[in-house]
Amino acid sequence: MELTNYLGLAAVLFAVGAATVLLRRNAIVVFMGVELMLNATNLAFVTFARIHGDVTGQVLAFFVMVVAAAEVVVGLAIIVMIFRARRSASVDDVNLLQS
Amino acid sequence: MQTLSLAPWLVALPLIGAALLLLAGRRSDRWGHWLGVLASAATFVVGLVMLLDMLGTPAADRVAQHTVGTWLDAGGLHVDLGFQVDPLSLTFVMLVTFVGTLIHVYSVAYMSHDVDRRRFFAYLNLFVAAMLLLVLADSYLLLFVGWEGVGLASFLLIGFWDGKRENAVAGKKAFVMNRVGDMGLVAAMMLMFAGVGAVDFATVLGSTGSGAVAGAGLSEGTWTAIGLMLLLAACGKSAQLPLQAWLGDAMAGPTPVSALIHAATMVTAGVYLLVRSGPVLEAAPDAQLVVAIVGALTLLFGAIVGTAKDDIKKALAASTMSQIGYMMLAAGLGPIGYAFAIFHLLTHGFFKAGLFLGAGSVMHAMDDDVNMRRFGGLARLLPVTAITMGLGWLAILGVPPFSGFWSKDKIIEAAFVGEGWRPWVFGLAALLGAGITAYYMSRLFFMTFAGRRRWSTDRSDDEGRVERHPHESPLLMQWPMIILAVGSVALGGILAVGNRFVTWLEPVTGHVEHHEPILPVWLLMTLTLVLVLLGAALAFRQYAMAAVPTDAPAANVLVRAARADLHQDTVNEAVVMLPGQYLTRSLVYLDRTAVDGGWLGLAGAVGRLGALLRKTQNGYVRTYAATMLGGLGLVALVVAILAS
Repeated sequence: MELTNYLGLAAVLFAVGAATVLLRRNAIVVFMGVELMLNATNLAFVTFARIHGDVTGQVLAFFVMVVAAAEVVVGLAIIVMIFRARRSASVDDVNLLQS
Repeated sequence: MQTLSLAPWLVALPLIGAALLLLAGRRSDRWGHWLGVLASAATFVVGLVMLLDMLGTPAADRVAQHTVGTWLDAGGLHVDLGFQVDPLSLTFVMLVTFVGTLIHVYSVAYMSHDVDRRRFFAYLNLFVAAMLLLVLADSYLLLFVGWEGVGLASFLLIGFWDGKRENAVAGKKAFVMNRVGDMGLVAAMMLMFAGVGAVDFATVLGSTGSGAVAGAGLSEGTWTAIGLMLLLAACGKSAQLPLQAWLGDAMAGPTPVSALIHAATMVTAGVYLLVRSGPVLEAAPDAQLVVAIVGALTLLFGAIVGTAKDDIKKALAASTMSQIGYMMLAAGLGPIGYAFAIFHLLTHGFFKAGLFLGAGSVMHAMDDDVNMRRFGGLARLLPVTAITMGLGWLAILGVPPFSGFWSKDKIIEAAFVGEGWRPWVFGLAALLGAGITAYYMSRLFFMTFAGRRRWSTDRSDDEGRVERHPHESPLLMQWPMIILAVGSVALGGILAVGNRFVTWLEPVTGHVEHHEPILPVWLLMTLTLVLVLLGAALAFRQYAMAAVPTDAPAANVLVRAARADLHQDTVNEAVVMLPGQYLTRSLVYLDRTAVDGGWLGLAGAVGRLGALLRKTQNGYVRTYAATMLGGLGLVALVVAILAS
């Protein structure tokens, strides 16, 4: 199986993630889109590591996972707090910076 | 001189008086006027002590400087706080303090009903202090301080009754016109500093002519420029053409102020400046000629205006302008004229102060009316005023042996000395001026004191005359008038005997050999007296024999012009004020449209750009996310393009 197919899969996953972030209003779903994009990147890193026979990409994938874990913790906490305060998880309701 | 160190006290005493009166405020209202009189009188005593000391000093040692300390030391400019004590400055000190003290005493009674009498005396003291600083300074810069102080004090006093708008305007007019002259003095000092490197009298005046300081030989053109700038300054202060218009309006001040301005302080400062700067004028014959021309023109101008004025104070003001014109003419004649200019200034100080105080006394009697057409027949009711003013009148006419004869006749004689066209022009102008002076002063005297009464003691007067109850002034006002009248009678003769005054001034003005006028002296004297008699007789016929209408009759164009001060205000407005206003208005317009418009336009453009950019910040998270994605795509594109 060609290694470039993994790159194609990564691109598709990234596009799906980006579309989710841009189009969905629910903060939890948007968050899932972000995770999807991160993992698509991880897949691309690992694939490139395999193609070049170099472990740098794999190391970077671990870094991304660590950062993503931290981001999930902080992000979910923020979403919960906003939900408690405003009884809504829609990202479009959080627009106080506008005025 | 042992009393040289007293010189600073001459300035300090009245200054302390003014400061005390102004700082003590209303608390000193009850005794403040006497403190003012005391300060002025004490200054006179100090001046008298110095005068007696100088009289006992040999003539060669009479010019001295008393340096108190360094005033300014900035790079190339070094100015001492020093006082010039010589016969010229002491003459002024005596005139200013003696006449000034008499005017102070007179004001105690004249202003007794004014709630602000204390403030008035504070300003009078300030006026005297500034004038004394002006005449005692040993450098042009220190003189300038006194010069400005005189301007300030005159502004405060002319507009003293500033509750009335026209009085405040008159004060402002005097101040602004004086500023024009002051620029001349500033420019002259700049030229001196640039050329000579100093502004003290000794250095500047010592670097003119043959006895020039090595390396400071300035061209005649520079001296001409300095001379003309000094003349401009003198014109402003002494109300000479073309800066004469403020003097008539300055009559808005209380009458003692007019006496002080015209006799002792203020207008004499210009003559002092020119006589003090004599060597500069001698180094610049062109400037000297202009001085004489200005003097001759002003003496005729003032005399012509004086013939048509019905306001007793304005007629006297025009007369001052004319008499100062005589002094300027004398100062412009060179060394032969200096002593006579100062001599005339001294005698004029006495008789003009006497005349003004007399006018004040008449106004006091006539409920502050100044219109001479509503006077008449006052001689019997105001005998002291009539006699003292009469003596002043004879003095200004130049009738022998009164003061004015000795000084004015000498100026006319000096004006006839010379070659070519000058003696004829200046001499005839001075001669003609004497005749017109006789006419307008006699007109003033006869309209006020002689003829039929043009007022009535009855309330219901069948001829429609105003109701008045004239009464002689209190003794405090009479005595200064009497003393000044005695001075008007005797001072000229006493000082003229044996050329005493000219000899006294010689240490400053230099010794001058006698010059013969182009016409014999006896002829000139006769001509002058004939003209004076003619003028007086004409006035007697018109204003003492014939009835004087209570309203100014319609008159030809010349009289109308003279009544309107020969249209001096119209000319000033057309030549200076309107162009100035147009210039400022166009500059304001330029500022608003071009300068302000440019910056405001720039600010507006930035603001509009900001409003445009603000639309992208709509607060929706997803919009920001899309922007970031778009940006990422853009960066990727750029990287791809650069990599390929």
